[in-house]
Amino acid sequence: MEAATTKAPTAAPPKRGITERARAERKLAWTLCAPAVIVMLLVTGYPIVYAFYLSLQKFDLRFPDDKEFVGLANYGDVLTSSTWWSDVLTTLIITVVSVAIELVLGMLIALVMHRAIFGRGPVRAAILIPYGIVTVVAAFAWRYAFDPTSGFVFGLPLVPDTWQPLNTKEGSLFVIIAAEVWKTTPFMALLLLAGLALVPDELHEAAKVDGASTIQRFFRITLPLMRPAILVALLFRTLDAFRIFDNIFIIQPGGALGTESVSILGYNILINRVNLGLGSAVSILIFICVILIAVLFVKGLGTSTAQQRGET
Amino acid sequence: MQHTNRERVMWSIAILVVLLYALIPVVWITSLSFKTPEEVADRKFFSGFSFENYDVVFSDDTFIAALINSIGIAGIATVISIVLAAMTAYATSRLNFTGKALILSGALAVAMFPPISIVGSLFDMWRAIGIYDTWPGLIIPYMTFTLPLAIYTLSAFFREIPWELEQAAAVDGATPMQAFRKVIVPLAAPGVFTAAILVFIFAWNDFIFANTLTSTDNARTVPAALAFFTGASQFEQPIGAISAASVVVTVPIIIMVLIFQRRIVAGLTAGAVKG
Repeated sequence: MEAATTKAPTAAPPKRGITERARAERKLAWTLCAPAVIVMLLVTGYPIVYAFYLSLQKFDLRFPDDKEFVGLANYGDVLTSSTWWSDVLTTLIITVVSVAIELVLGMLIALVMHRAIFGRGPVRAAILIPYGIVTVVAAFAWRYAFDPTSGFVFGLPLVPDTWQPLNTKEGSLFVIIAAEVWKTTPFMALLLLAGLALVPDELHEAAKVDGASTIQRFFRITLPLMRPAILVALLFRTLDAFRIFDNIFIIQPGGALGTESVSILGYNILINRVNLGLGSAVSILIFICVILIAVLFVKGLGTSTAQQRGET
Repeated sequence: MQHTNRERVMWSIAILVVLLYALIPVVWITSLSFKTPEEVADRKFFSGFSFENYDVVFSDDTFIAALINSIGIAGIATVISIVLAAMTAYATSRLNFTGKALILSGALAVAMFPPISIVGSLFDMWRAIGIYDTWPGLIIPYMTFTLPLAIYTLSAFFREIPWELEQAAAVDGATPMQAFRKVIVPLAAPGVFTAAILVFIFAWNDFIFANTLTSTDNARTVPAALAFFTGASQFEQPIGAISAASVVVTVPIIIMVLIFQRRIVAGLTAGAVKG
């Protein structure tokens, strides 16, 4: 599949010719890649550096003339505030709970799609709907389902009228997590399905002959072999869930009742209070959190693939 | 393999559960969109069938403007990122050069980027250079997620193309341009198209940039318009109208997703599994 194999074999080219062709190829490759690489650096690299610069300033747009360099003071303010830490905790709770539920649900849906004796098409079509829907729209659907005036949930039998989830912190987190899980489980399921397809059927057949039950085979064969696929899916989804913004913004506007995530906190300081200095410190801290999560996962992924290579 | 009746019943139940899971919220908001203001408060899953809410949203200038902004901004962002990504993906899948892995892992890193981290800088910069609340003001930050997604999906698709066919065509006497047009383009087109759909869905879905970098009908896209539709009329929550607007922006995406479901599944998973 490497490009070298696709080249027409010219009759024993001189050594210099090869390196020249390689050089030309490299030049072409970089010319082709340059625009995308430059755009990516400009749209992410420059703004993040500028955010770091802003985070070292006292800079409130309501008092733009008071702008001055304050070093790491903004970071001190953020890290000593209880709001930051409670928002980190809220974000982590939402992330861990929703990703855990998604993993289980996603695995079940993937197994249904993988093993179903009929109806795979409709299942695949149906689960792509939550994926394609706009997050804000999905959030409205969930909010209105639990809204005291319109919610069909309260018309259901066994649901007490006194249960008003959107009036409490726990209830709101429940609705936010439900909306998040509903929307993103399909993505998890499709990634896991791709991983399932890589598990060889012969192993299952052999284990069956040896008398292993379905459950044993799932935990002893399928899960270990899927470890890399699971870790990749978890990495994508954890980083995505940690950035949660849209669902909270719609379901509990402003992050009321203690549902504020770190992204909502950043938004409130940057956009509502137009305090760009303090807000940028929050932005940079979120960026660092995301890097830490990614590093942890990549390390986990590295050891798991290394283990697999060692075993086989 | 023979399947017992019990197996059939069990699979039917499993499939039914998945279908209900996926569809209930969508059917619910569609049902809400057809309710009159009085029926909205009846807390029934289904009741009434009126187009009143659709009349409201389609005669609302803000919604029409938002719809045009969404289509234009997501469309332009898709075209730009697909063109740039196609060049990159061609290079990474077909040419040999050092730095290939760096570009792909760099794109992955950019895809993980938290948008809130650059919202403040962009807000400040865009106001300084005068593109706050304009189409370019959103198209540029959209590149942070559309470009990596496009590069990933297209690289995965391009790796599957049998490029040798180009040589075969040349041997048969085709000019390089003919070989490209008649052989490579038809092979690459479905992948490019799928990547474009995925990228468009992502751009169409954005809320955080649209919310923070726009302020008027000038560039506000549908998700942001929907959010502020509520905020503006706190006293009389336009639940029906928001639901109708939600259905309007959801239907085209659902149709696209259903028509191209096989390719979309391939595109979604290809990058992640091989990466």
